Amino acid sequence: MRPSCTLQSAVKTFGGVCAVDNVTLSFPFGMITGIIGPNGSGKSTIVHGMSGVVPFDSGIVHIGGIALPISSPYDAYQRGICRTFQEVRVFEHMTVRENLLLMLAQRTIGGSLCEHTHTTLTKKVDDALSRVGLDGKQHEYAEKLSYGQRKLLEIARILLLDASAVVLFDEPFAGLFKVSIEKVREIILELKDQGKAIVLIEHNMELIRELSDHLVVMDGGIVLAQGIPHEVLSLPRVIEAYIGK
Amino acid sequence: MDYLIHLAILFSIYAMLGITLNVLVGYTGLLSVSHASFFGIGAYGTALLMVDAHWNFFPALMLASIVGGMIAYMIGCVLSRFRDDYYALGSLGLNVIIFSFFLNLQTITRGPLGIPGIVRPNIGSFHFSENSMFLALVLCALALLWMFFHHVTRSSFGMVLRAIREDEDAIQVFGYRTHFFKLAIFVLSAMGASIAGAFFASYISYIDPFSFTVNESVFLLALIILGGLASHTGSVLGALIFVLLPEALRFVGFPQEYAAQMRQLVYGVLLIILVLYRPRGIAGTYTF
Repeated sequence: MRPSCTLQSAVKTFGGVCAVDNVTLSFPFGMITGIIGPNGSGKSTIVHGMSGVVPFDSGIVHIGGIALPISSPYDAYQRGICRTFQEVRVFEHMTVRENLLLMLAQRTIGGSLCEHTHTTLTKKVDDALSRVGLDGKQHEYAEKLSYGQRKLLEIARILLLDASAVVLFDEPFAGLFKVSIEKVREIILELKDQGKAIVLIEHNMELIRELSDHLVVMDGGIVLAQGIPHEVLSLPRVIEAYIGK
Repeated sequence: MDYLIHLAILFSIYAMLGITLNVLVGYTGLLSVSHASFFGIGAYGTALLMVDAHWNFFPALMLASIVGGMIAYMIGCVLSRFRDDYYALGSLGLNVIIFSFFLNLQTITRGPLGIPGIVRPNIGSFHFSENSMFLALVLCALALLWMFFHHVTRSSFGMVLRAIREDEDAIQVFGYRTHFFKLAIFVLSAMGASIAGAFFASYISYIDPFSFTVNESVFLLALIILGGLASHTGSVLGALIFVLLPEALRFVGFPQEYAAQMRQLVYGVLLIILVLYRPRGIAGTYTF
């Protein structure tokens, strides 16, 4: 059995609504776990909870068998969990290069005060940009980029976070043209080959079918079904809940 | 000539205040309404050490700046957990509290009577009693502060500050503990303001609590908004305009009894025009 990142007994309520109801999921390293479900089914809440952005009310994350509480984004980062956002959140008034240098900069006050951008860091930034097809854009402000280019910038940020063990992609293909979809697809597969646990939330069923090694279907905050994608997608209760009768 | 030197000294002090406030408000996006309180802490600290304990100006300045930084650290531990309106309100409360200390802690600050007889700096037997000499000194301090904060804002630390301004939640996802960065820049900003306060006390030779009210903090905010947020050049230009404008208005010929009010009115109109037609200020990076 592969080592994995496991989310155990996660619960999250907003007011009286239970967005995630006692969910336990396993995300094996070196595999892509797709999560699908109708809007409001709790997919993004799982990503928010695991990344510490909106911590779970209860529940714990195990990575490599060690239980790790995640109560803040910093906790998640320390545990090697990184993410992209459904709504692109790049730093718009900063250049593309600065957006990426932030991924490489020192995290401590003293370290960052003494650090100026070095050539070695710039080289890594250039590599990441060329991999997502944004070469030549490094001095442009992120606000000047198109929606698709901003999505690619988000993906490039993930490429620079080498230490991450779990990558949570929240609808990474939304709003992308075919060429860009192909680039992002390649990057996700490459991250998988590097042995990272990939969590992929996506509405594009074709891509989910193609990329996922394991598929989870959520509805109303619970796991409706999970298993091998083509088997899960042919279950009547999944068709009823997600695709419609 | 003396008059021009006097204006240049005031400009230098306000430019220091502008630069130190701009790193907090402009670069980090923290709307602080407490800058005058640290200006006051620097002024009172230096004045008390020089008048009561007969310290030399330079060690007094350093200690006053450290005290300003320590007070900022204690308050900043709480304040840096806040954002937006809550940060502004918290800092406003801080200014009110510190002003109350200046006013009511009469055994130390002499309350509304203020502290007179603050002398000019000296190095050995060399005294900066000539205004031109004092101007040279204060310009050196301004240059040093500018260089220091230029380094701060150009470093990775400065990049993180700008990211906090843009989206604090997003930058946290990448492993930055933003409240530490907010705390650090609050302390550095307060120490810079305290240095400006030390020069102010030594130049004016008399201080009282009414120089460090919330109004003064709002005035400093207006200064950097006019000059431009997240720009050191903007801070200096803002200071230049706010120091020179009242002097220029002397020649407009407002009736003597209304002159002071008319100046306030001109400031207000200037800010409204700016917000409407040039929201980035003269040299700013961000709109207010």
